[in-house]
Amino acid sequence: MIAAFRIPGAGRLKQAETTRFSFDGRSYAGVEGDTLASALLANGVHLVGRSFKYHRPRGFLSAGAEEPNALVEIKRDAARKTPNVRATVQELYDGLTAQSQNRWPSLAFDVSAVGDIASPLLSAGFYYKTFMWPKSAWKNLYEPKIRAAAGLGVAPDQPDPDHYAARFAHCDVLVLGGGAAGIAAALAAAETGVRVILADEQADFGGSLHFESGAKVDGQDGFAWAQGAVATLKAMDNVRVLSRTTAFGYYAQNFVGLVERVSDHLPNPDRELPRERLWQVRARRVVLATGAIERHMVFADNDRPGIMLASAARTYLNHYGVAVGRNVGVYTANDSAYAAAIDLKKAGVGVAAIVDLRDNPTGPVIDEARALGIEVNFGRAVIRAGGKLRVSSMTVQPKNGGGERTIPVDAILMSAGWTPSVHLFSQSRGKVVFNDETKRFVPGIYAQDCVSVGACNGTDGLSATIDEAYAAGAKAAKDAGANTVKGTKPKVDASESWSRGMLGAAPGAGPDTTVKAFVDFQNDVTAKDIRQAVHEGMRSIEHVKRFTTNGMATDQGKTSNMHGLAIAAETLGKPIPQVGLTTFRAPYTPVTFGSIVGHARGKLFDPTRKTAIHPWAEAQGAVFEDVGQWKRAWYFPKPGEDMHAAVDRECVTVRKTAGLFDASTLGKIEVVGPDAAKFMELLYTNPWEKLEPGRCRYGIMLREDGFIYDDGVVGRLAPDRFHVTTTTGGAPRVMNHMEDYLQTEFPHLNVWLTSITEQWAVIAVQGPKSREIIAPLVEGIDMSDEALPHMSVREGRICGVPARLFRMSFTGERGFEVNVPADYGEAVWEALWAEGQKHGACAYGTEAMHVLRAEKGYIIVGQDTDGTVTPGDAGLDWAVGKKKTDFVGIRGMARPDLVAKGRKQLVGLKTKDPKVVLEEGAQIVGDPKQAIPMTMIGHVTSSYWSENCGRSIALALVAGGRDRMGETLYVPMPNGTIEVEVTGMVFFDEKGERLNG
Amino acid sequence: MLLIRCPYCEEERPELEFRNAGEAHIARSPNIAGESDDDFEKFFFIRSNPKGIIYERWRHMHGCARFFNAVRDTVSDRFLMTYKAGEPKPTKLPGAAK
Repeated sequence: MIAAFRIPGAGRLKQAETTRFSFDGRSYAGVEGDTLASALLANGVHLVGRSFKYHRPRGFLSAGAEEPNALVEIKRDAARKTPNVRATVQELYDGLTAQSQNRWPSLAFDVSAVGDIASPLLSAGFYYKTFMWPKSAWKNLYEPKIRAAAGLGVAPDQPDPDHYAARFAHCDVLVLGGGAAGIAAALAAAETGVRVILADEQADFGGSLHFESGAKVDGQDGFAWAQGAVATLKAMDNVRVLSRTTAFGYYAQNFVGLVERVSDHLPNPDRELPRERLWQVRARRVVLATGAIERHMVFADNDRPGIMLASAARTYLNHYGVAVGRNVGVYTANDSAYAAAIDLKKAGVGVAAIVDLRDNPTGPVIDEARALGIEVNFGRAVIRAGGKLRVSSMTVQPKNGGGERTIPVDAILMSAGWTPSVHLFSQSRGKVVFNDETKRFVPGIYAQDCVSVGACNGTDGLSATIDEAYAAGAKAAKDAGANTVKGTKPKVDASESWSRGMLGAAPGAGPDTTVKAFVDFQNDVTAKDIRQAVHEGMRSIEHVKRFTTNGMATDQGKTSNMHGLAIAAETLGKPIPQVGLTTFRAPYTPVTFGSIVGHARGKLFDPTRKTAIHPWAEAQGAVFEDVGQWKRAWYFPKPGEDMHAAVDRECVTVRKTAGLFDASTLGKIEVVGPDAAKFMELLYTNPWEKLEPGRCRYGIMLREDGFIYDDGVVGRLAPDRFHVTTTTGGAPRVMNHMEDYLQTEFPHLNVWLTSITEQWAVIAVQGPKSREIIAPLVEGIDMSDEALPHMSVREGRICGVPARLFRMSFTGERGFEVNVPADYGEAVWEALWAEGQKHGACAYGTEAMHVLRAEKGYIIVGQDTDGTVTPGDAGLDWAVGKKKTDFVGIRGMARPDLVAKGRKQLVGLKTKDPKVVLEEGAQIVGDPKQAIPMTMIGHVTSSYWSENCGRSIALALVAGGRDRMGETLYVPMPNGTIEVEVTGMVFFDEKGERLNG
Repeated sequence: MLLIRCPYCEEERPELEFRNAGEAHIARSPNIAGESDDDFEKFFFIRSNPKGIIYERWRHMHGCARFFNAVRDTVSDRFLMTYKAGEPKPTKLPGAAK
């Protein structure tokens, strides 16, 4: 059965091919090729939403991307709910389920519409004026209420199950917009053989040829010509044609972001298909063929459902075969609405009257309208619309005042003229200029290698548009490197042309302060609001915009900006160019987060780095922690153990027998070359020239400002070769820091730097039994204390694989770090583990490692230091070469503030109650009785329970800390103040005898 | 996204491959330890922030990994030229292209 407002034989859709869909729970029939909007209109449904602020009933304003009113929720399943979909661009599919938004309990009866009655309270700037005080009401009253009332649709509450693809592309000529201009430009460019991409936001190419019934090109109807031309382009190897693809952002150097909607229009999309695809295109030349958008007339109650743009009514008729009413009125200030009236009249729709604000316009369309018997009124205005859920009448008055006449209508088609779509041009940083004669901003000064053609360039008429676009396409190709032009320009046989119109409020827009003549439908901004903003002191259009929110909704003011500007200019008594135009920003239309995020979510959000020994730790039931991108084994709980018990056991076992620790994530850099030692002298505070091959040294790296940047043990393998270790998190920036100095400050040094972090797996074996565990597996290295003393390194073999064996300790126990090629890491670990088992050794994780090093007062850069700590502050003066004349940071360290007394110094803290463990980050004060805010003299940097010490231990940065030994300080906490004693940093084995124990 | 010409790779590559490394032509004194507080302040803390032409360092991080110098117009965000580290500050700049 054909829907009530579908005109048999009209339009281009196959009316026999019906699809079912539902809106607000009611089932309707549509036709294949419909949008949700055209299908609802075919069923006589105009009321589809409620407005943002006043909850006024709203219908369809447009038939395209500029739609501010008809926003609905499209629901496929529980997770696939998309709010704020413009019904005018949502293609219909069988089974589509849509719902209206922003209404309760129902669309026809919305309780919040009382906002309409109370609307004087909601005038421009009301957010800024109403919610000023009392201060406490913000948190408890205003903010929750505003948040509840704000927003239109409801965001989905489940994770997005769809996937989104991304492509990078390069081309010679990128044509944005697939109407007559874009197609002509693409044809001209493509025929030269250069690489062309043509993109359009709609399902079908043709742009305004969708509705322009008067266009004839190459002997065919304009729309049919467009389809043929696009088919030709698609068949060419050098052309990529993208439909349903919106260019949303124009960035530097002809880099354009586009979103292709791949499957939102399909009834049962293949889940292998992405929902959307992000295209990032770099083009040598860009042709902007983005068209123009019709403006509405600003008069009282111009938002009633059934009142729409003339071009929209024409699109619904000529393309979709749908009449938007049975008895329509027309209100216009230019010629284009006449064409709509004529088309509708010819299709059998009643046209009650054309009301034209102009005094004595002439032209063929006016003659034709009269010849068809349509009543035409000049110099008159529609001063208000009747009806609430649907327009029922228009009241007409001579524009300078006089008798009123009310004409019953069921739709009003309006046109105030056309606004060139300069969004992308403006995003490219081009400057627009105002043409006073045609009352429009058009591209003026270009900032990038692009060109505007057709309606977006202010070019009127199909013939002139195709001439301009074809020439521009050919020139763009030539500029991009083409040398042959061989095509033929499409020939325009018949075309429509209109321009001019009006900007701003028509007589029906007030000055009455209760009149609602909408400028911005989506944000409910009226002509009165804009006048009020000016009266309250806003002078710049940017201020008017923010005060009224005109143009700030998701439609970005496509229909409202020019009207708002004109009303502000008129109220200010200034010409439009002096008031200025607001900035156009990306995205042109809303873009989903999904398409921007693409595949970079979940596990693919950030790389995960795992060591060679990770699978073993995982099999042992280790709990992991994230350290940068690394997964590190945190602790190894045995059955029944919590973290506390596991860490205590691990700490005790290491000091009693031994422990194995995966230290592979440590940054490792090999510094090689004849000048390697000279380079090390410059990058670290320590002296290196005299370090013998085979020996190690703890090194400190500073920034030029004199603060600690990184640290680590460095082994000298040979006179010209150092094996440098860095902190786990610091490895990449240390490498960058070293490269920076080597390449730019010390390029005369003959040194080569290589990151070897991932080449070597590192197994720390620490504890009194460590030598016994390693020795049976080692070949070619004398493990005696004489041959391999603390802080030495040897190359040899372990388990038959090449190894760098360090004797070093981050626990204070006799210790070794076994470096083997990463591929052998797990096997060597397993072998060492088997040996360790014989001695009762355990595997320990990063938490035990932290406790053990804190027991010995070894610092962790980034935990006990924060970028403002000098070697002196950390008690590491001994590691600074006193005789050195240069190293990075040598001058910074001597700055007055860095040598001043009273700096925060690293010290130990013992709580008076040994069972109390301080919180890391807790602030320290000298006098707990002082008034709040207290003077804080330091903070806790590291704090643990130490089972080995039988008490809690902590490190802290305290002002003048080393002069406070034995002093009692205080740590105020929410549950009371904790007393602490300042101590040295070493809590266990102060003499360091266990290193050789 | 900007296109940046790496003077070592001798081709334009997308900005994603590069990392800015601050102002260029600020030489570290060979006798830095003997510098006055004022000179060290100028060297380490003071940077120009011009509206217009800036000389800056970039690193082709995800490419050849070399540091190089660039001349950029901070108003148009356009690169006027790039050149290798250690080369003198150019005295003649190519005319700002369109």
